[in-house]
Amino acid sequence: MGKSSLTVDIHALSHWYGKGSTRRQVLQGVDLQISAGEVVLLTGPSGCGKTTLLTLIGALRKVQEGDVDVFGQQLRGAARGQRQRLRRRIGMIFQGHNLLRCLTAEQNVQMGADLLPNLGYRARRDQAREWLRSVGLEDELGKLPHDLSGGQKQRVAIARALAAKPKLLLADEPTAALDSGTGREVVELLKRLAREQSCSVLMVTHDPRILDVADRLVRMEDGRLYQTIS
Amino acid sequence: MIRALWQRRRIPLASLMLIRQPVRLAVALAGISFAGILMFMQLGFRDGLFDASVTVHRLFDADIVLISPRSTSSVSMAGFPSRRLIQAMAAPEVEGITPVHWNLLLWRNPETLGTRSILALGFEPGHPLFTDPTLAAKAKLLTQKGRVLFDEKSRAEFGPVAKWFREGRTVESEIAGKRVRVAGLIGLGASFGADGNLLTSSETFLDLIPNTPSGSIEVGLVRLKPGSDADQVAQHLQSQLPDDVTVLTKQGFIDFEQNYWRTSTSIGFIFTLGAAMGFVVGCVIVYQVLYSDVSDHLPEYATLMAMGYKLNSLLGVVVREGLLLALFGYLPAYAAGQGLYLLVRNATQLPVAMNTVRAVSVFSMILIMCMLSAGLAMRRLVDADPAEIF
Repeated sequence: MGKSSLTVDIHALSHWYGKGSTRRQVLQGVDLQISAGEVVLLTGPSGCGKTTLLTLIGALRKVQEGDVDVFGQQLRGAARGQRQRLRRRIGMIFQGHNLLRCLTAEQNVQMGADLLPNLGYRARRDQAREWLRSVGLEDELGKLPHDLSGGQKQRVAIARALAAKPKLLLADEPTAALDSGTGREVVELLKRLAREQSCSVLMVTHDPRILDVADRLVRMEDGRLYQTIS
Repeated sequence: MIRALWQRRRIPLASLMLIRQPVRLAVALAGISFAGILMFMQLGFRDGLFDASVTVHRLFDADIVLISPRSTSSVSMAGFPSRRLIQAMAAPEVEGITPVHWNLLLWRNPETLGTRSILALGFEPGHPLFTDPTLAAKAKLLTQKGRVLFDEKSRAEFGPVAKWFREGRTVESEIAGKRVRVAGLIGLGASFGADGNLLTSSETFLDLIPNTPSGSIEVGLVRLKPGSDADQVAQHLQSQLPDDVTVLTKQGFIDFEQNYWRTSTSIGFIFTLGAAMGFVVGCVIVYQVLYSDVSDHLPEYATLMAMGYKLNSLLGVVVREGLLLALFGYLPAYAAGQGLYLLVRNATQLPVAMNTVRAVSVFSMILIMCMLSAGLAMRRLVDADPAEIF
């Protein structure tokens, strides 16, 4: 596989928390490649370092040791500004929906679309509406997060993440707060939309019911990755 | 250009944050308005009192005023040789002069017979004294010895002089133990230093204070020909005349009096402190509101940072919130200030009114207050770590 088609290329990544005697290693020589358009599910017991890996790929943390290549950009030693610009190309979906409480569904999604350069206000608003339509919320445009159900909120969050047209989507247990039926629906929607955009997905999950949406399963234990053949 | 900017606009996060939290917004606006009203009132009182200290000063028909360098304020005017005023006539720009005697004398209330200090001005009845043209006619009444013109706006403690005079009664009283008769009424107004005023002729004045050195006056009024530069002439006169006289422009004479009350009394300090307290109270309220607003939305700000928004653009949200609060907190404060000034004017006769300088300075204070608070609240935003929200 040519290096250019890899969205994420991680080699010998190690990470520690704390300093001195309380220093604790959370990642131990992790290797991981994600190709363009691939949907990868990451499972493992809590506290094994899954979220740390996600934040490192998402350019939210400084890389301490090893190589992390996202869209061909080396993240080790990357400056704050470079990481912030890179984050614009990465969509993120969180455990909680993390929507802005004072914005309507439409405005929340537009916060994602507003990151796109060279687009007029109206064009960005139309895109926000379009995304809400794709997640089946065209009738809830003007509602505040407060008035939406859990599944609806998570769908708004997906629309917001995709509105910035990312080529990589990082999701941390997006179904944790949802019942199984809704969770399944949300994940399938996520996969379908990501595929349409040829967007790679790395999803952390504990939920065994959604494992079958993955192209590939990766398991993490005690800071080490184990590839699983699905 | 404007169109391009309009196209580039984003979701107005700052205003939406404020509008969607109406209670917090109301508290913030109430706090800012309160601080603004407090500043308007304190500064209004302060300026009003300073204005009141120069009620008489403003009325003089003069471009340049000569006083003794030993004079410190209207309540302690020292004498200087009236020769100096005549010497000033030598300058080509000078059109006319009026020597004025100025002193605080004890007036006996004709009703209660108690005495009280009143500001007495003595001048030659034929000379112009005030810019008010109606005075000239009344001044003739002073040519007879022992006659005074009484200020009907003097405080009531001097007795019902104006009322009796209008009723046609002959009002007589004592000044410094000598009998005088009220020949007419004038309207000047009480000031800080003097609760009341009266005018009399130089002759009567010297009769009331017989130990005044001859040829000594307290104030010399100089009128210039139209088109003369008062500042220039004052400088010229000061350099020509000996050191026993100080030459001031009319504005300089007003400033001299106000400066005394400003620096030598605690009035300026007290009211400025009051305004400063308003400022501090406002700061605390706005800071509280913005700080808790940022704290409450910290995960949301962190989410925006994770999405790729710059820290600076999020700091901009807090700044815009501060700006909006300043603007919408100022408007009610301004309106309330206008209303309260009207109330105070009617109740106290103090010349308290809104002026542009104060309107702008209070707005600046509110702006500084909000920006300062926003700046402090921003430090909380720096705590927003997008890595922590997963």
